[in-house]
Amino acid sequence: MTRATASRQIGDTLLKVDGVSLGFGGVKALTDVSFDVRKGEIRAIIGPNGAGKSSMLNCINGFYHPSHGSISYKGIVRGAMRPHEAAKNGIARTFQNIALFKGMSTLDNIMTGRLLKMKRGFFWQCLHWGPARAEEIEHREVVERVIDFLEIQAIRKTPVGRLPYGLQKRVELGRALAAEPELLLLDEPMAGMNLEEKEDMCRFILDVNEQFGTTIALIEHDMGVVMDISDRVVVLEYGRKIADGTPDAVKSDPKVIEAYLGTGHA
Amino acid sequence: MIYREAGQFKTSYAADQAIFPILQDRIALAILLAVAFVAVPLMASDYFLSTILIPFLVFAVAAIGLNILTGYCGQLSLGTGGFMACGAYAAYKLATGFPELNIVLVFLLSGGVTALVGVAFGVPSLRIKGFYLAVATLAAQFFLIWLFTKVPWFVNYSASGVISAPPRAVFGWFVTGIEATPQAKYVFCLGFVAVLALVAKNLVRGRIGRAWMAIRDMDIAAEIIGIRPLHTKLLAFAVSSFYCGVAGALWAFIYTSSVEALAFDINRSFQILFMIIIGGLGSILGSFLGAAFIVMLPIFLNSVPTAMGVPLSTSMIAHMEFMIFGGLIVFFLIVEPHGLARLWQIGKEKLRLWPFPH
Ligand SMILES: Nc1ncnc2c1ncn2[C@@H]1O[C@H](COP(=O)(O)OP(=O)(O)OP(=O)(O)O)[C@@H](O)[C@H]1O
Ligand SMILES: [Mg+2]
Repeated sequence: MTRATASRQIGDTLLKVDGVSLGFGGVKALTDVSFDVRKGEIRAIIGPNGAGKSSMLNCINGFYHPSHGSISYKGIVRGAMRPHEAAKNGIARTFQNIALFKGMSTLDNIMTGRLLKMKRGFFWQCLHWGPARAEEIEHREVVERVIDFLEIQAIRKTPVGRLPYGLQKRVELGRALAAEPELLLLDEPMAGMNLEEKEDMCRFILDVNEQFGTTIALIEHDMGVVMDISDRVVVLEYGRKIADGTPDAVKSDPKVIEAYLGTGHA
Repeated sequence: MIYREAGQFKTSYAADQAIFPILQDRIALAILLAVAFVAVPLMASDYFLSTILIPFLVFAVAAIGLNILTGYCGQLSLGTGGFMACGAYAAYKLATGFPELNIVLVFLLSGGVTALVGVAFGVPSLRIKGFYLAVATLAAQFFLIWLFTKVPWFVNYSASGVISAPPRAVFGWFVTGIEATPQAKYVFCLGFVAVLALVAKNLVRGRIGRAWMAIRDMDIAAEIIGIRPLHTKLLAFAVSSFYCGVAGALWAFIYTSSVEALAFDINRSFQILFMIIIGGLGSILGSFLGAAFIVMLPIFLNSVPTAMGVPLSTSMIAHMEFMIFGGLIVFFLIVEPHGLARLWQIGKEKLRLWPFPH
């Protein structure tokens, strides 16, 4: 059951991964992987544990640099891009193991997501007055919209370390959303959640995609979720791409059944 | 029922972001400032001003400095004493080299010089973390003290190596040198501390402070958000060293009236570190609480047992000081890393609900 919502527009290629290989010493995490992500779609990356999914996201946002192949974003082939350059170009992400700023409140975590958009220099920051204060308030308004969107008003001032797991995942999504990304990379956003939390998270992902037109690439183990929300799916196994297509096509691909569904993940 | 924000609704984000959002806190601060600036210099004894309050203020500046680097940005430093020495010698060279230069400017420039030195020693922080960085800053500590004792240029070729701070005035009032009264010194120090504390608070509650804390809490995530680790850490080293440098200059010119490297040895670095651990890592208020605690403890140990009829010997006091510090540091590191500042906050939260338990 794929989503063919009429209101959404899938555009041209936003991101193109071309023949990417990546190795760690002897371990080949990725071998000659190619796929593309189109503007406005939800693209899932699936595969058994250790298939190289997280490594793929790390290549896309410049955290790892592929040993072979190229990645082009918005039609421009990128060299060795640093993560902060990826951030500047509108790529945001969440992590498989929550990577929040534990000592900071929900509000400050999400405010930090807007850091690149805040420009006032050191002098004004020292004064916290005039332009710096105006800027702070302007961004606070955006952050409050994110907080409303994710329905986390009640935990605004709570240090994130004290929040339950499911809410932490939600705050992390909020931090990524605060950057108003064009491409949002989600690494197992629903891992470890109960059914209800998963449903909420699915709804947020779909809403982000629909309301803001954000392109999303997500890794997910729950096949039900993947089939429900994604437009197209890439399947990796042992660092190689073994299938690519609509959820229905992928689901019935014998290679995928063999490699992935057969291992008990379904 | 008295201390709470009941009926004080925040109608704007500006109000919500204020340093003291609760009215009672703002009133308390205003009273505190009035007492500190007016009542204390009028009423406190010279002894109290020059042996308790002035060192407390100087320590507070140094503690804020170290707290910015270690508490907010997560970079452990054992070079605080070295950076303070740097500020003290820079102030001495500037004050003697340019006698016309206003003393306020001298202190600020000394901070600036120390900031540059701090940045130079902060460069390795991109590659090394935690324990290894602490060792690198320890190297800075020993190198700087060695430099100031070995190179006679820093002490204007004085034979003894111990030099006294030249007299300087602000608005016609002497604040350094023998003619300066403890009252003038105290008010001058307090002014410095008040402004520097406000600036530090402003930095840590805005964009820059969030970048520091992001690096401290999860540097990988920070980088992916677009925070550049090297820039951010070096800025923390610069600002932190600036504060330590000013503290060193205040120490030498206002507190002891003499510039000597021994005052800034490794023990000083540890002492400031203890202050922020006990006071609260990542808290400006905690820097003050920690400084107050460390200044007050020996005095407390001196006077209270005596008053109770069991006078302690000097060596006993020194030993007890060590034991109490050791115990408290272990306690705070394990139980409450946010120190006295956090205990204070918990107390306030309780007070807010009082007299209802929930
Ligand atoms: N930094 C690293 N150093 C060494 N090996 C690594 C590193 N990161 C990943 N690998 C290896 O690369 C392979 C792919 O790992 P990756 O984390 O990308 O898998 P994954 O598909 O995300 O798995 P999972 O479903 O468990 O999250 C694994 O064999 C892993 O051990
Ligand atoms: Mg993974």
